[in-house]
Amino acid sequence: MAASVLDHAPAAHAPAKTGVWSWITTVDHKRIGILYGATAFVFFLLGGLEALIMRVQLMKPDNTLVSAETFNSLFTMHGTTMIFLGVMPLSAMFFNYFIPLQIGARDVAFPRLNAFSYWVFLLGGLFINASFLINAAPNAGWFGYANLTENTYSPGLNTDFWVLGLQILGIASMAAAINFFVTIVNLRAPGMKMLRMPMFVWMSFITQTLLLLAFPVITVALVFLMMDRHFGTHFFIPAGGGDPVLWQHLFWIFGHPEVYILILPSFGIVSEVLPVFSRKPLFGYTAMVFSGAFIAFLGFGVWSHHMFSTGMGPFADSFFALSTMLIAVPTGVKIFNWLGTLWGGSLQLRTPLYFAIGMVAQFIVGGLSGVMHAVPPADLQQTDTYFVVAHFHYVLFGGAIFGLTAGAYYWFPKMSGRMLNETLGKLHFWMMFLGFNITFFPMHFLGLNGMPRRVYTYPAGLNSEFWNRVETYGALLLGASFLVFLWNLWATLRKPANAPADPWRGATLEWLIPSPPQEFNFGEVPPVNSSTPAWDLRRARGGPLPEPGHVSGAGIHLPRPSYWPAVTAIGVLGVIGSILLTHAVPHSYAITLTGTAILFYGVYRWAFEPAF
Amino acid sequence: MSQAAAIAHPPHDVPEHPTATGIDSRKVAIWALIGSECLFFASLISTYLVYKGKSLIGPLPHAESQCVLHGKLQTCEGVFEIPLVTAGTAVLLFSSFFVVLALYGAQKGNRKMLIGWLTGTVLSGMFFVGMQVYEFTHFYHKGMGYGTNLFSSTFFTLTGFHGSHVTVGVIWLATLLVLAIRGKLPPGKSLNLELAALYWHFVDVVWIVIFPTVYLLR
Amino acid sequence: METSYGRLRRLARLAPAVGLLLLLGCAENYPQTTLNPRGDFARMVDHLFRTTVWWAAVVFVLVEGALVIAIFKFRGRQNDPEPRQTHGNTTLEIVWTIIPSLILVAIAIPTVETIFKTSDYARGGVVESGVVGHLWWWEFRYPKLGVVTANEMHVPVGRTVNLRMTTGDVLHSFWVPQFAAKRDVFPGKHNPLWFKAEVTGTFPGQCAEFCGEQHARMGFNVISETPEQFAAWAAGQRIGSPMVNGGRVEADTTLPADPAARAAKLAADSVEKAGQALFLAGGCIGCHAMAGTPTAGVTLMKGPNLTHIAGRSTRVAGMLVNTPENIRKWLSNPDSVKKGTLMVLPRRLTDPEIATLVAYLRSHR
Repeated sequence: MAASVLDHAPAAHAPAKTGVWSWITTVDHKRIGILYGATAFVFFLLGGLEALIMRVQLMKPDNTLVSAETFNSLFTMHGTTMIFLGVMPLSAMFFNYFIPLQIGARDVAFPRLNAFSYWVFLLGGLFINASFLINAAPNAGWFGYANLTENTYSPGLNTDFWVLGLQILGIASMAAAINFFVTIVNLRAPGMKMLRMPMFVWMSFITQTLLLLAFPVITVALVFLMMDRHFGTHFFIPAGGGDPVLWQHLFWIFGHPEVYILILPSFGIVSEVLPVFSRKPLFGYTAMVFSGAFIAFLGFGVWSHHMFSTGMGPFADSFFALSTMLIAVPTGVKIFNWLGTLWGGSLQLRTPLYFAIGMVAQFIVGGLSGVMHAVPPADLQQTDTYFVVAHFHYVLFGGAIFGLTAGAYYWFPKMSGRMLNETLGKLHFWMMFLGFNITFFPMHFLGLNGMPRRVYTYPAGLNSEFWNRVETYGALLLGASFLVFLWNLWATLRKPANAPADPWRGATLEWLIPSPPQEFNFGEVPPVNSSTPAWDLRRARGGPLPEPGHVSGAGIHLPRPSYWPAVTAIGVLGVIGSILLTHAVPHSYAITLTGTAILFYGVYRWAFEPAF
Repeated sequence: MSQAAAIAHPPHDVPEHPTATGIDSRKVAIWALIGSECLFFASLISTYLVYKGKSLIGPLPHAESQCVLHGKLQTCEGVFEIPLVTAGTAVLLFSSFFVVLALYGAQKGNRKMLIGWLTGTVLSGMFFVGMQVYEFTHFYHKGMGYGTNLFSSTFFTLTGFHGSHVTVGVIWLATLLVLAIRGKLPPGKSLNLELAALYWHFVDVVWIVIFPTVYLLR
Repeated sequence: METSYGRLRRLARLAPAVGLLLLLGCAENYPQTTLNPRGDFARMVDHLFRTTVWWAAVVFVLVEGALVIAIFKFRGRQNDPEPRQTHGNTTLEIVWTIIPSLILVAIAIPTVETIFKTSDYARGGVVESGVVGHLWWWEFRYPKLGVVTANEMHVPVGRTVNLRMTTGDVLHSFWVPQFAAKRDVFPGKHNPLWFKAEVTGTFPGQCAEFCGEQHARMGFNVISETPEQFAAWAAGQRIGSPMVNGGRVEADTTLPADPAARAAKLAADSVEKAGQALFLAGGCIGCHAMAGTPTAGVTLMKGPNLTHIAGRSTRVAGMLVNTPENIRKWLSNPDSVKKGTLMVLPRRLTDPEIATLVAYLRSHR
């Protein structure tokens, strides 16, 4: 047995394996992945509930189910939750669980930093939702345009919760981005050159780079807004010389790369699922890598297409129109390569493939409406209407969520050792597919027929009732589809964990180890000579590989569990969250000081604690 | 599972794994952080430039203006004191040189070199921060509060964040200095200093951009 | 051989045609639709839009069609032999990079042309108009005509109207879909927009940038009328306008000889006097300009100028039809009609007071 590069001298130690404390101190990427997934799924359902309430309110004109203020909080929190507490951490579940496995590593580069990211995410999500408890939920839209968000027009704590919550969540994202960036660069198994990495790892790598470069910009914007609100500056206040349009520029310089952060992981998942279920390699691997990188690069040059109605002038409008149209080209390349993967294959029509194909089909629709938005004069009739609401739901739900769901069905056996029920899976798909399209396709019509977005109601005379009602029924069907999924989850988790290591005939390294994997992942990493190492082994053997047994982990070092990441996370919450109280609670600086002390102490103990 | 067969083992920091790039993961992490921080400072500097010349009231960096002092509107001079800041800049630049020498000492096991030059780096950093604190206080007394005008807001935010980054660096280097004095920074652990030095150089480079952009450009 | 996917393909080809039909056919019934352009700006925009829709439909049919075909044609079973392990095709990559690029160039050229045509103010023979967004209502001014009004923008059909737009508080967006696309308004700046109405009629518009609690209730109407009607309207609006003589109107103190007319005039005078007194005492002048009161010459107040309120067909940013009952409802409790409205009465008005005010306001055409 060739010694694995990951072996060290003598054995590992035996920390707690079960119980709440083991979860709080865990630094195991697989457990952290599950924590992310479970937490994110709960937030996702919360965001879905917020959407359903809005849809019921909009069923009839002049409806009074919820007040205007409540509705405004609902759409603000729905957007913020789905993006920052839903899609991003659901992607993080897969980053955490599968990046190390797919590159043949034992864990991520910085396991405690990984745990820290999760705890900060959890605390940030709880913080921003705690606003509901004091009736101060953010209510100025998920992109919080100045000068509405200034103190004069948003005097309560709502916007403060939003600003500080996003700052806290930003720290979680940044820490994770550094971690995965280094992991992918540095911890690949021997033989796994960059251009042999699985597509999910590639897309995740590009996503981490985007995170690193985009989040600082929104951090700065949020700092400026907070300074305006409470510390006397005028960054976005015209009376003091400031310009509200600066907020839009800073926000969207972050915001546009953010949407690629949201979709690229799902692109990666689809690029994993389609080849496996077509029984042939991904068509155009190199083109897929470079188109992904090109999209990310170009993604920094299109931000003002969110601002076509602001009157930037013809040169700016033209530039951003052209750059936005340009970005459609590499996106199209990806779609065609997916088609090329399916074409000529032997399609195994199982649930993961259904969701992956659904993703592609729906992303095409979202991409086409995106091209329509790229034409500024036409966009002037579409922006801020239900047409753009349709567009981004097609790409974010029809695209990202469907992709993530495909990943969930694909990788569930590996994570849990159990196979999800196929019939329920297909039922989930059809209900979700129909529900999604019934809800969101008519929004194109509503938008073109004059219904603006972010309206808590509409008058009877504009003839918007029919489609609004249809959409609400669609949304209810869509919500019900998740009940099917939950039922499937519950029923499956009660079964014994006896799923095979490779139920799908997968191509990548994670399918070569037991389901679920042992804590150290690989006893010894197999050779990697292509982007499909598992298929190579299978081909060399001339048939299916034997079921991998459990191997002894003697001689393998694992990182020690630690609670300092959690403590430090509490410190972060204390410092940033307490700024909220500055004007509401006297002597709240005491909380800031305590938070700072906890933060410093946590970092200090973490730094001096041995890693292993 | 391996844990069942585990032998109790004292905690330790392992030697570096061979990495795919051959570079220590922590070093790659610092570079990733630096890349990210570049965007952070770029946003702050861009905002400073976008609002340059747009203040509605003084004080202004170089030119004379009308400003409010002690509740009265009066003529104020430009607030910048270039000689002072230039001195601080020079000290900060030299400190990057000092930390290179300290690192060399660490790598060669030369305790005197390490402690001497690292002390120099820390003191230089403290001088720079001290210079900024003095400058900010001075500006405040000249009627330049945080929210006084666009110049003050963008200036204090940009240089304040830079200064806090310098402060973090000083604390980090001072901690390493204490470790070095206690003999806990042998050549095998010189990477710890190298990481701090990389961060320190970055902070310096940012200042090399800020200084001409803010102080010299009119 | 007509396979199942062949039939599917034909069906798929029909889809965009059906879709477009749905969109276009129903446009007549939607007062705020973008698909029935009635002005030159909107027409240009609509032409560009239909170009992109056409291309999108073609791409949709081809690509989704290929996807559907692939699903049916290449269905496999668990134990089927391994299909050919193609890795890619460089020629295809080039082809499907170049063709979409060409399509985009075809869209980009008319796009840039239209951008330049519609960005700036229009020149020559235009009606100059100013638009000011407020929380949550729209103000319209015509500086050269000396008119200040709210909620209703009158325009002469067949003449280009130049809009110079700003806001008095937060960001809003002026949008009247049938005549023009939208443009945001920013505090401290002016944004240009222009259009030429090609038909007469009343066309609704709405704010299209989230601006707080009652963003959904920030509508307005554009009334396109003949040049004669427009001139007559403007002439009426000039009387007591803050832009004309500081809003001062010489009071007509002569009494007509005819007893019936005399009685009517005396009655009208008393309504005016009582109304004015209440307008002051009730605090209305805190936010509203009104001819005959100290605020007659003031522009940029929190609330609309009410000098010609009775001539408007709707009130409260298009929310209520302008009937006495609706005025009464609004005055008795504005917050219950439009929650969060900035119209906060200093004290509740009694029913007789409301009646006086209703009569007073209704007399101001």
